[in-house]
Amino acid sequence: MAAPIALHLEFGGGAELLFDGVKNHHVTLPSQSEPWDMRQLLAWIRGNMLKERPELFVQGESVRPGILVLINDADWELMGELEYQLQDQDNIIFISTLHGG
Amino acid sequence: MEEDVLSLRKQLMEKDREIAFLKGKIDQLGKDSESLRQLQDKITLHAPLKPKASLTNADIMRYSRQLLLPELGVQGQLNLSKTSVLVVGCGGLGCPLAQYLAAAGIGRLGLLDYDDVELNNLHRQILHTEQGLGQPKALSAAQALSRLNSAVECIPYHLQLSPENALELIQQYDIVADCSDNVPTRYLVNDACVLTGRPLVSASALRMEGQLTVYNYRGGPCYRCLYPKPPPPETVTNCSDGGVLGVVPGIMGCLQALEVLKIASGQGSSIEQQLVMFDGQETRFRSIRLRPKQASCAVCGETPTVTELQNYESFCGSAATDKCRRLNLLPKEQRITVLEYKSIQDSSAPHLLLDVRPSVEVDICHLSHSLNIPLASLENKKSGDIDQLREKISALKTQMKTDLEVPVFVVCKLGNDSQKAVQMLEKMSGCELERISVKDICGGLMAWAQKIDPSFPQY
Repeated sequence: MAAPIALHLEFGGGAELLFDGVKNHHVTLPSQSEPWDMRQLLAWIRGNMLKERPELFVQGESVRPGILVLINDADWELMGELEYQLQDQDNIIFISTLHGG
Repeated sequence: MEEDVLSLRKQLMEKDREIAFLKGKIDQLGKDSESLRQLQDKITLHAPLKPKASLTNADIMRYSRQLLLPELGVQGQLNLSKTSVLVVGCGGLGCPLAQYLAAAGIGRLGLLDYDDVELNNLHRQILHTEQGLGQPKALSAAQALSRLNSAVECIPYHLQLSPENALELIQQYDIVADCSDNVPTRYLVNDACVLTGRPLVSASALRMEGQLTVYNYRGGPCYRCLYPKPPPPETVTNCSDGGVLGVVPGIMGCLQALEVLKIASGQGSSIEQQLVMFDGQETRFRSIRLRPKQASCAVCGETPTVTELQNYESFCGSAATDKCRRLNLLPKEQRITVLEYKSIQDSSAPHLLLDVRPSVEVDICHLSHSLNIPLASLENKKSGDIDQLREKISALKTQMKTDLEVPVFVVCKLGNDSQKAVQMLEKMSGCELERISVKDICGGLMAWAQKIDPSFPQY
């Protein structure tokens, strides 16, 4: 059994508007037999935090195009993307790309 | 006698000063017309900049405070003077960027913008002035920059960057700064920079946030490495919809200028594989380590599929401007014009006018008899707001004393959100609400201001 893990989730660049405009969220994922990975975290966010219009955040099992995911201040591509195994106290940022000027 | 001589001498000195000032002004105007090329509405070939062998005394005086920096020095200053930079977009980012580049003594600035100066630009696009309203932004910016530093050659392009002209234009410049305001242009500029091998210093801003990256530089990733697929158009917010605090693109444009100057002077940029994020609300900067150049990238990868420029508007599903889109979700019968609504209002027929804009916009202006329930509250079925709507409709129903459906007219700023609201209200009619007949007002309050009430504010 993997113990529950506490995460700091941050949303920015407008992605926070899908979460009542709140940028910082401290969440605890319940204990489960396997360690939590990013794929499961996205499904958990979709099921527990997203109220309306989930397609503006997730698409298939990943995030929609135009959202950059950062794990502990690094591009998630460097960390294994969906396969990354979450650690207690990880900082996960979802940032919507800006285009205005 | 002696006093007369003194007084005459004093007058003579004043006149001398005046003459010197006027001579200076004439020289300045001559230089202005030299440094400021004519407004270009098509791409022409400009001769490459000639490297300077040394700095003049005037150069040394002018740039002395930056020449003292060992990071720049004389060689760095000479490098700046032989570098040309293309500024794509003379708006909130492009203005401060171009201003610092000109002040620092960059050799040549290409200033590209298809748009004209509007009053709602001036809070952030700080090269433009009230006198320049209606002028092409490229020209307005070039004139301001020539006043600042007449040694900088400014070439204003009053045109839209397109797949047809981008390569020809970009290959004439050493560095490209993306200061644009829409997704198709960002992909176009990226691909053109990859195909011509130019470094791309890219910034963006919205609301209170900004982002900055240098792409296609020293083996680092390009824009497509990070964003292989464009975002769905409905998820993209522009400054005219989402708003922006002027100083935020100002900060990002200044950071962009810093990276351009480091590349141009020979120091090199330090953020080729980094994303710098600025949160103006928390006054916080953050640097993120990005992925390296992707072997699978469609344009800069090992087997590129993009080998020439494409149609970026169809690739992104949106237009290459930041102007608001016009949705057409409803059939004609479900929409009325502002003129039709005016006659309904004048007839005092019972009806509900529902304003679905966010409350921050309602605070700017609204029609006095409207009920405000933001679109988001309808979407989320926010209970207090839905109760209020239900009560209002029931009261009208009682007042009408008939079995007819209560007429509801929905209004927003431009007539896009109002159509979405009509679709939601239709589903609620007869179950969560009394039966209503619901229509939207075409063109919204901005059409009202233009066609019915010129004293109504536009924003």
